[in-house]
Amino acid sequence: MSENSFSLWVYLSQSPLLWLTVTLSIYAIADAISLRTHRHPLANPVLHSIWVIGAFLIITDTSYTTYFAGAQFVHFLLGPATVALAIPLYDNRARVAAALLPMLVSLIVGSMIAIVTVVLLAEAFGLPRSIILSLSPKSVTAGVAMGISESLHADPSLTAVSVVLTGILGAIIVTPLMNRAAITDFRARGFAVGIAAHGIGTARAFQVDEVAGVFSGIAMGLNALVTSFLVPIAVTLLLR
Amino acid sequence: MIAGLSVILLCQLVGEAIVRGVGLPIPGPVLGMALLLLLLLTRDHFTGLRRGPLHKDGVETTSRSLLGHLSLMFVPAGVGVVKKLDLVMEHGAAILLILSVSVVITLLVTVTTFLAVNRLLSRSQPGP
Repeated sequence: MSENSFSLWVYLSQSPLLWLTVTLSIYAIADAISLRTHRHPLANPVLHSIWVIGAFLIITDTSYTTYFAGAQFVHFLLGPATVALAIPLYDNRARVAAALLPMLVSLIVGSMIAIVTVVLLAEAFGLPRSIILSLSPKSVTAGVAMGISESLHADPSLTAVSVVLTGILGAIIVTPLMNRAAITDFRARGFAVGIAAHGIGTARAFQVDEVAGVFSGIAMGLNALVTSFLVPIAVTLLLR
Repeated sequence: MIAGLSVILLCQLVGEAIVRGVGLPIPGPVLGMALLLLLLLTRDHFTGLRRGPLHKDGVETTSRSLLGHLSLMFVPAGVGVVKKLDLVMEHGAAILLILSVSVVITLLVTVTTFLAVNRLLSRSQPGP
């Protein structure tokens, strides 16, 4: 009997079905808890899904490659979801057109600050060059950041992790920070979190306010563009 | 739903094809987003396009349900941290601190810039 259940586990643990199911169900639970806490920043569903799934993989001695074979179906949706950002953009086009100049200026400034601060801080902490390069595109969405990382000959998988970590940090910090700073313009709040914390920040912004979500989505899309140009320039100028 | 998803995938596909073909330094899905926006704006001018998923909120509904689960899609990449446990042990605390400080500075600078430019504009163009 126990031999049977062991061979069943061996079979299932290698199949994409199990890991897709694990990803979706743990996220569903984490999201339900987040909803129950009225979307408390610390109940961030991405954060809690990641450590629970990660712990599960370590306990069952499952490789990330095996896990990803199932989870890739979810990962793939990042692309279509980026395209789908056209919808809130379309719905709010008048509002967006009215704020074009503030958006463009804060896009350039914010994008530069996001890269420069991480590179300078990492250098000050004496981190190895390969890690600094991998951290530099951390404020843009995962797929884009991994592409930039690859072109710098850095470590794309470390970049992916730092991107997600940055997104979670931004999503947790933004609401208390903006409330403390008494900023009530949800266009500005949303735009800032989209620059600093890409899609995870955008998901958070949509939870707080629809307009904030729209501006965050635009910021994330535009930042992907600008960061692709700026990171190579910044690392050549800042890193010796 | 399937028709709506097809339109989204088609925009992404064309976006990727153009980006690869021309060698643009932008991500395919971002160009795809611009294409979908253009498609919706074109539809508003040409009634002939108002059919299938471009009619009665077809592509809109699909997009909204995708965006409703945006944070889920970051979970698989984030779980990649299990591959980096030795690095987390060695540099984890420093990386966490660096990213947190960078995020706070980026948020504050961006929001301040946005509000400052907005204020300058409304001052230079007094309302009617």
